[in-house]
Amino acid sequence: MEGDIVQMGAYIGAGLACMGMGGAAVGVGNVAGNFLSGALRNPSAAAGQTATLFIGIAFAEALGIFSFLVALLLMFAV
Amino acid sequence: MATEAEGTGLVFHPMDQFIVKPLFGEGPIHWYTPTNVTLWMGLTVLAIILVLVVGTRGRAVVPTRIQSIAELAYGFVHKMVEDVAGKDGLKYFPYIFTLFMFIVFANFLGLLPRAFTATSHIAVTGVLALMVFVSVTVLGFVKNGASFLGLFWVASAPLALRPVLALIEVISYFVRPVSHSIRLAGNMMAGHAVIKVFAGFAAIAVISPLSIAAITAMYGLEILVSFIQAYVFTILTCVYLKDALHPHH
Amino acid sequence: MATETHDVAADVAHGAAEAAGHAAQSAGMPQLDFASFPNQIFWLLVTLALIWWVLTRIALPRISAVLADRQGTITGDLTAAEDYKLKAKDAEAAYERALADARTQAQKIVAGAKAEIQKDLAVATAHADAEIGARAAESEARINEVRAGALEAVENVAKVTAADIVAALGGKVDAKAVAAAVSARLKG
Repeated sequence: MEGDIVQMGAYIGAGLACMGMGGAAVGVGNVAGNFLSGALRNPSAAAGQTATLFIGIAFAEALGIFSFLVALLLMFAV
Repeated sequence: MATEAEGTGLVFHPMDQFIVKPLFGEGPIHWYTPTNVTLWMGLTVLAIILVLVVGTRGRAVVPTRIQSIAELAYGFVHKMVEDVAGKDGLKYFPYIFTLFMFIVFANFLGLLPRAFTATSHIAVTGVLALMVFVSVTVLGFVKNGASFLGLFWVASAPLALRPVLALIEVISYFVRPVSHSIRLAGNMMAGHAVIKVFAGFAAIAVISPLSIAAITAMYGLEILVSFIQAYVFTILTCVYLKDALHPHH
Repeated sequence: MATETHDVAADVAHGAAEAAGHAAQSAGMPQLDFASFPNQIFWLLVTLALIWWVLTRIALPRISAVLADRQGTITGDLTAAEDYKLKAKDAEAAYERALADARTQAQKIVAGAKAEIQKDLAVATAHADAEIGARAAESEARINEVRAGALEAVENVAKVTAADIVAALGGKVDAKAVAAAVSARLKG
């Protein structure tokens, strides 16, 4: 019984942790969208900034991956 | 780990593909045991040799297809190192190119059905990230001495804020290898696990077409992610290298 | 019920794990199975060393040599192309010069021919003029002669007619007087 409650808590926690991925999605979309609008304003400068774009996306995405990791840990490792 | 909804026969084993097992027979895994890790890393090495050595054996001025892939990869990483880390970063180009080739080929080979993805393991990416972290830190101190610590002292900020900023900078510096490794492993693991979950749904006849379409879509995304994660890992290595070579922002 | 389901799930998990043929760990994530870490790290280091060795010994020098080679070839070709361009320009200049020369030559010839023709023309014109003058003079002389002849004839006719008239009127014809009278009359 007690183990079941722990299990339930872990699964609920895993589901809650998945919300963090939505935040990462918003963040990545923000980065890419802002890059696109900037690139359309000044296309000549866009090519030099793709590296920065990918770094930004990577940083934003890493946090989503962390929440995914928390979910996995709760599911499988706790 | 595995969940079975009774009656429907739905079985999910999304994490089983990451299990490290011995290639021959059973038994405990010692550090020297040839495992599926060994097999797929060996295939990675073979693929790299195939493209970079066998593909370029003609040394043609007008390249063949494989040779132009090799040259493309070379030019891509070379330009990245030069652009991000600067001219003096080119000394470390072979090291960075090794990292890039290993990650990109391990990622792509991991996408083959029934393959084992070496880069989805924290142990592997953690070692890669720690190697980068340690070598970059040592390099920073060797090249700049104590002034490497200027990396943490934001001279352009107001004096009162600087200790706080320095604390944040130090923390973020030590978080680097963590995020560096978990980003790569997490991305690879997530993609493969999601594909496996969709594959589990294919057991139900009604939704199997949808599930197969979803697998196809995820697979396309995973091909993109495989390359982008290798790119991101490499470019972040270049950024850290730049910080070590020129610590003053 | 819930407990039962869970038990079944746990059993299945256990079975799957055993069927997968690895030492069953309590930690469900293979990534967190620390027993496999030394193995992975060892093989990773071997792999990296191998790749690094292959790259630095064979691949990178070869690729950079090929790239440098190609750069050299391209530069050489560009220089050659530049040379050919210069040559073509020279040839074009020579051609232009030849053309201009030919044109001046032609103009000279044309001018010479024109002068010659002019000269011939002048000579011919002068010749023709002279002839025309001579003919005209001759004609005039003839005309004058004819005119003089005619006048004389008129006088003679007048004299004869006058003498005849006088004779017809019954006078005595004095030829000299008649002639003198007619001449005087004609002059008057």
